[in-house]
Amino acid sequence: MSAPALETVGLGKSYGRRWALTDCTLSIPAGHVVGLVGPNGAGKTTLLHLAVGLLRPSAGTIAVLGETPHDDPAALARIGFLAQDSPAYSRLTVAQHLQMGAWLNPSWDAGFANARVVDLGFDVRQRAGSLSGGQRAQLALTLAVAKRPELLLLDEPVASLDPLARREFLQTLMEVVAEHGVSVVMSSHLIADLERVCDYLVVLVSGQVALTGDVETLLASHHRLVGPRRDDLSMPANQSVIEASHVGKQSTLLVRTDDPILDPAWSVTPVNLDDVVLAYMRQARDGAAAAAPGLAVAR
Amino acid sequence: MIEFHLDPASGVATYVQLVQQVHQALQLGLLEPGDRLPTAQQVVALLAINPNTVLKAYRDLEREGLVRARPGLGTFVVGTLPRTDPVSQARFRRSMASWLRSARAAGLGPQEIEAIYRTALRDCFSEDVA
Repeated sequence: MSAPALETVGLGKSYGRRWALTDCTLSIPAGHVVGLVGPNGAGKTTLLHLAVGLLRPSAGTIAVLGETPHDDPAALARIGFLAQDSPAYSRLTVAQHLQMGAWLNPSWDAGFANARVVDLGFDVRQRAGSLSGGQRAQLALTLAVAKRPELLLLDEPVASLDPLARREFLQTLMEVVAEHGVSVVMSSHLIADLERVCDYLVVLVSGQVALTGDVETLLASHHRLVGPRRDDLSMPANQSVIEASHVGKQSTLLVRTDDPILDPAWSVTPVNLDDVVLAYMRQARDGAAAAAPGLAVAR
Repeated sequence: MIEFHLDPASGVATYVQLVQQVHQALQLGLLEPGDRLPTAQQVVALLAINPNTVLKAYRDLEREGLVRARPGLGTFVVGTLPRTDPVSQARFRRSMASWLRSARAAGLGPQEIEAIYRTALRDCFSEDVA
C-alpha cells in the first residue's frame, strides 16, 4: 500500500490572529483525482500552499506522499504545482520555459514537453506574455506534468478560462492521469466539471473540513426525501439530516445514511454532487452563524 | 469503433451512460464481436472524464460477458445482444402514438402522461423482479 497522497492531522494555519485553516484532518489515498471545493476564503489555497511547502503549518502536521513538504527538496521533486491563474514568465518564450524546466527538474521529460507543445500548436519562439489565457494554462500544465510528479496540485486551474479552453485543459489533464497514473488535487468552483473528472471530494468551509470521501460512496449515501411536513426532525439514529426545508404542507430533506430509508411517508430520490456540496456549504455556514451569537453572549 | 458522448443533464451516472451506449450499439448492430472499444485514454481525451469511470464501465461490460480486455491490445467485443427488430419497434411506436393521442384528447398534459408512463413502466418491470 503506497503512502496517502495527502495526509493532515490537526493541521492549522494562522495569518496573525486570523486562522485560515483550523484542525484539518484528512487522509486522501493515492491514485485519485480529488476535487477541493468551498466558498472563497475557505482555506483551499492555504491548504494547497501548505501541501507544496510554500507555507509552514501553525499547528498540526501535513505529509504529502508520506513526506514533509517544507524543507525537503526531495519531497518537492515528487509534487507538481500549478498556482492560481497559471502564472508564466511573460518575457520568456515557450522554448525558454521548457529549457528552464529541464534545468530545474532532475526528472524532466523533454520528450513529453516537446511533443505536447507541438500538439498544442505553439510557436516555441512566442513569448508567454502573448499567449491567450487558455494557452498559458496549457503551457503551465505542460511544465507541471513534464517534471513527472506523482502528485499534481492545481489551484483553480480553469477558473479564468472560456468553456472551450476549460474543456481542452481538462481533456489534457485526464489524458495525463490515464497515461501516467498521477494523483491530482484540484480546487474549483465549477462542480459540473468536478463531477466529470473527480472521484474524490473534499469540502472546506471556514477553514474546516465539512465533508470528505470517495464521490461514488458520497452520492450513494445521500438522498433527497420529500414528504408531508414534519417540523420535529426525529429521524432514525442511522440517518442524519444535512439540510431541511419546509414549505406549506411539505418537507424536503437531504439525508445521509448508508441504510435503506424505510419510512413510506418519504419519496426518496438520488442527489447529484452539486446538491451534496451546496448542502454541506450551507450547513457549515448556518452552523457558524448560529454559534456566533452564543459566543458574543458568553463574553 | 464507436464514439461515446455524454448528457450531463440526464442525471444518469457517467459510467452507466457509457455502458448503455455500448448496449445500444450492440442492439443496433453498430458493434459486433471482434470490434475494439476505444481505449480509456481515447475516451478521457474526448470527454474529459476520470479514467476510472471508463474502466468501471468496461469492467461492467466484461462482467456481462459482452467485452473482454486483452492486455496490451485493447478491449474487444465478444458477446452480442438481441437485435431489436425494426418492424416490431415501429408497430409498438404506432400503438403508443395512438394511446398518447387518446390521452391528450382526454385532457392530459405531457407531465401527467409522463408520470403515468413512468409508474406503469416501473410496475411492469418490478413484476418480473418480484
